[in-house]
Amino acid sequence: MRRKKEIPLEHAPEITVTVNGTIVTRRVPARRHLIDFLREELGLTGSHTGCEHGVCGACTVRVDGRIVRGCLMLAVQADGRRVDTIEGLSDSGELGELQEAFHRRNALQCGFCTPGMLLAAQDLVAGHPDASRSEIREHLSGNYCRCTGYQAIVDAVEDVLAARRKST
Amino acid sequence: MKAPPFAYVRARSLGEVFDLLEHHGESARLLAGGQSLLASLNMRLAAPELLIDITHIAELSGIEVRGRKIRIGALATHAEIQRSAEIARHLPLLSQAAPHIAHVAIRNVGTFGGSLAHADPAAEWPACCVVLDAQFVLRSRAGTRRVAAREFFQGLYATALRPNEILAQVEVAATGTNWRSAFVELSRRRGDYATVGVAALARKSARGVLSDLRVAFLGVGPAPALARASMAALEGKRVSADTIAAAGEALGQDLEPSADLHAAASTKLHLARVITGRALTALAA
Repeated sequence: MRRKKEIPLEHAPEITVTVNGTIVTRRVPARRHLIDFLREELGLTGSHTGCEHGVCGACTVRVDGRIVRGCLMLAVQADGRRVDTIEGLSDSGELGELQEAFHRRNALQCGFCTPGMLLAAQDLVAGHPDASRSEIREHLSGNYCRCTGYQAIVDAVEDVLAARRKST
Repeated sequence: MKAPPFAYVRARSLGEVFDLLEHHGESARLLAGGQSLLASLNMRLAAPELLIDITHIAELSGIEVRGRKIRIGALATHAEIQRSAEIARHLPLLSQAAPHIAHVAIRNVGTFGGSLAHADPAAEWPACCVVLDAQFVLRSRAGTRRVAAREFFQGLYATALRPNEILAQVEVAATGTNWRSAFVELSRRRGDYATVGVAALARKSARGVLSDLRVAFLGVGPAPALARASMAALEGKRVSADTIAAAGEALGQDLEPSADLHAAASTKLHLARVITGRALTALAA
């Protein structure tokens, strides 16, 4: 008979994550979402908790350079990875052009969706600079805004893409 | 809401996964991308005692082409498939379907194998795999067995997977150059669960005649199924207003949609006919 191994089950594994360039080591309950880890343990409250089941996009953050839903990833799954949030990407200046365009175009009212919207928009600006208006809409389809009706948001992203094309 | 408490293990090998499944039985769930599982945990629709994270098991990842056979690892993400030049060349149906799966941030994490094993009736990959006649490679302590996609999906969230098994990879034969494919889906918001969708594949002759036609729907029944009456109505024909109408008529025998949050059964049948016309037009183009 095969020997039964004792299997170690962890309720609060230790994780090490590089958050906005800073290495952070913490013990976290397995059930804690990445978004709650960022907001509640690290005080990075710029990314928001909205629907908590992957529909609204308010919790969008970047993991290893790609946007993800912070409510559909456990903090333990981010172990060993790089996480960037609206705070880090604002400080680095990476989102500067978009933030300026959002401001100018009135692309936010209450601002709840804005951090997620900016991360999703930047993903498009960096990866698909030739995007058409309908491609912008498609790329932002996973981010709900309940105030502006999206036109101004799409306008702002379009402005940034157009300015970039002009300058190159 | 927040997920209920559970224990977590990051498995390093398939052997470790088999041990854990044997030890914990149905109180354990496999965690891949988690894009469906975590949502259902957050909504307290599931309460496993243990999550077994399989995302660090290298042999479950990657997309590999060997001759005419494409092997897609269970951990390949939707985004990887969408970006893959090999997939675009050999299995264009998957490239066509990928952009319809949820949103960018979810496609970056959600996996091919996870979606197939979850078997959501509105998911895109199951219908594609049925149409492509894919083989699912299921691994367990006892060994490996292969199950055809058409036998794998057995009902609402029900598959041929046994409790001690894991879907390791999917094998699909490349579709040849004289084949055409189309994927059409309708949803309220781009990326939301499909109200109705269709995957279609056919061989097309130089004269535009379709043969070996395969059509499967999502969002209209508990599991993807071939629309056999419609397929028969089109076999050996050219796409025209008449053949589209005949295929649409035959769909009445193929589909028995049930109403959901998005649409009444009659609306779904109507929309299924609409997208069948679009898919056939795309095949003929």
